[in-house]
Amino acid sequence: MAEPDALSGMIREIIQRHSGMPTRLLQILRDVQDHLTWLSPEALERVAEELDISPVKVHSVAEFYSFLYTAPRGSYDILFSDNITDRMLGNRELLHYLCDRLGIGIGETRADGLVTVGTTSCTGMCDQGPAALVNGYALTRLDTARLDRIVELVNGQILLAQWPREFFEVVSNIRRADILLGRHFADGSALRAVLKRGPEAILEELVKSGLRGQGGAGFRSATKWISCRSAPGEVKYVVCNADEGEPGTFKDRVLMQDFADLVFEGMTLCGQVIGARQGFVYLRGEYRYLLDSLQATLQRRREAGLLGEAILDDPTFSFDIDIHLGAGAYVCGEESALIESLEGKHGVPRIRPPFPTTHGYLNKPTVVNNVETFASAAKIAVEGGAWFASRGTAESKGTKLLSLSGDCERPGIYEYPFGVTVQRVLEDCGAPDAQGIQMAGPAGHMISARQFNRRICFEDLATGGSFMVFNHQRDILDGIRNFTQFFVHESCGFCTPCRVGTSLMRDLVTKVHTGHGTRYDLEEMRKLGRIMRVACHCGLGQTAPNPVLDSLDQFPESWERRLRSTAFEPAFDLDAALEQARQLTGRSDPGAYLREEELMLGTMP
Amino acid sequence: MIEPKLKIATCSLAGCFGCHMSLLDLDERLFELAERVELDRSPLTDIKELGDCDLGLIEGGVCNAENVHVLMEFRARCKILVAIGACALSGGVPAMRNQYDLKDCLEESYLRGIGLVNPQIPNDPEIPLLLNQVHPLHEVVKIDYFLPGCPPSADAIWTFVNQLLSGQPLALPYTQIHYD
Repeated sequence: MAEPDALSGMIREIIQRHSGMPTRLLQILRDVQDHLTWLSPEALERVAEELDISPVKVHSVAEFYSFLYTAPRGSYDILFSDNITDRMLGNRELLHYLCDRLGIGIGETRADGLVTVGTTSCTGMCDQGPAALVNGYALTRLDTARLDRIVELVNGQILLAQWPREFFEVVSNIRRADILLGRHFADGSALRAVLKRGPEAILEELVKSGLRGQGGAGFRSATKWISCRSAPGEVKYVVCNADEGEPGTFKDRVLMQDFADLVFEGMTLCGQVIGARQGFVYLRGEYRYLLDSLQATLQRRREAGLLGEAILDDPTFSFDIDIHLGAGAYVCGEESALIESLEGKHGVPRIRPPFPTTHGYLNKPTVVNNVETFASAAKIAVEGGAWFASRGTAESKGTKLLSLSGDCERPGIYEYPFGVTVQRVLEDCGAPDAQGIQMAGPAGHMISARQFNRRICFEDLATGGSFMVFNHQRDILDGIRNFTQFFVHESCGFCTPCRVGTSLMRDLVTKVHTGHGTRYDLEEMRKLGRIMRVACHCGLGQTAPNPVLDSLDQFPESWERRLRSTAFEPAFDLDAALEQARQLTGRSDPGAYLREEELMLGTMP
Repeated sequence: MIEPKLKIATCSLAGCFGCHMSLLDLDERLFELAERVELDRSPLTDIKELGDCDLGLIEGGVCNAENVHVLMEFRARCKILVAIGACALSGGVPAMRNQYDLKDCLEESYLRGIGLVNPQIPNDPEIPLLLNQVHPLHEVVKIDYFLPGCPPSADAIWTFVNQLLSGQPLALPYTQIHYD
């Protein structure tokens, strides 16, 4: 622990590096934690003093984000990605193996304070799992040999920088490229196009292109840009949503890793079109390993005259980009929660309207688009709207990047024109034995083989890109239970239907999954799901029951074969719930047990 | 011909009897009720053995083995079973112990409490064993209706029981089920 004076000095220096801006609070806390491994009460107090904001505000941020710790952690903080695709690859066995080797339980810090091992939501390495994070940096392709080595490295207190590079290798796995990934793009060409033809002409191309939000919601990008451009106000912002938290999605990671110039170009283009001078990339914390190379790319673009003051020597064209790192909160993928987080607050979705195009970052007009959307927009500016619209379907123009994972021979990134059938994708990725697909992540839809002829487009199956394959050896309910647990963890806690509903849903699913459910419980799930869909504050809660409701329709046999024949079963093992009291009192008389036949009384109303 | 009276049973499990007090707050309406129903097992009658009933009203959550027995018996004997009040619906105040280990709860009360003589955790077979946690009724048996409130007002109970007994659709006015 740092001495009080050293602590003050360190914090003051970090805050100065962030220009003393309270909007940088999340970034400041991340940096402080990097020094201390956790955020001590004294550290939080000092941050509040230095920024001159209330300690409560600092605490609310520190306690909201999964990757910020208000209790001591090990110097090596290892978090296993716990998505269903990691589980398919055996992550639970590896997790137990590592914990045994290190002599700790899951979620515990070793007594010597050296290491903590826990789990986290999907880290976006589904095509190269089982994955984990160590001190925020992505580890891929874990196996027992790697874990053995990691145990040695941890016990030998070897600095992370000296760990084998291959442990951190992240490959792109681009399996199919179309117009976005397949064609060369000359840096600066979209910016030259907007300078030559003017913002109106670019907007016309964008309208013609029919481009829709590639995060999955499908709002027309031209409408968003036009609305923001015409919104009153001198100061406007561009925000790139790279908070790719939907389990099973990793296409934005690949874009940021291999096509960062294209994305930054799209953002800069947007800045010129709407009249903004500042852009932000909100990069999910799990992709921290990309930060240095992205900063370097930004710097290279500044030096090349593609970013900063007087872009392409035009004094009226100035735009710069700042990168904000998230800290493990799925809800921040929702655009208004993302903006709250950018402003240095905890990420709770705002009430909409007003929408960000008029009241976004710092209540100024803001365009928030997905990574893929900005990349497409840059291409459209160069190649034209008609070129883009020649691909796809009537309502879904262009192409879509899909992130394939789970039970397929060739997981990775596939770019298809909109309208491709699920069947075609399965053939290409090598998944002849598919039982079902979780489309668009847990918040999307689960479909069975009966629906493999459906098409991927906004008219039919809309998706942000997640495509997880379950073969016939898999138990669909393993996936469903994993997803319900995910939503419990990621609910921001702001509204009751979501905070409580996600937990109730998880408990009901667990009850049936472990063989204690009845038909009554399935009906309860449907009722609860209906309430959540209409009563939750934001999309997270409204979509959280989707996997359960879909699978009840699509895979009824997976549920029914586990049901008890009785009309009702208690939610917990009644007799086992007396065990602790039996031990504490030392009783073994008949009254100390609940006998099976007595309990049957209540199961048959 | 006189219509046979409907049979009602009531009990309080891990509750404070506040819901029963609210029932008594029906005041003179109790006479009207008594013309239509007959009370079976209830703290108000002191009948110990539960008979076959049309309606069971239960306040309080489930905290011990005896609560489980009583609730199971009510479920088996009552055509319609209703959870009344916050504790029955969600565990309520007694469930505040759920955040502590049972061992800590018992030791705090019987070993570490102030002014204890001969401290020990009671183990007489007469005393029902505690469950690890306090549960709402619907986690133990199927519940047909839930009447929220702490306690539900006499007016709410009156509306609910009247509608139920006369076979009307259940619809409580907002004024009877808001708590702010």
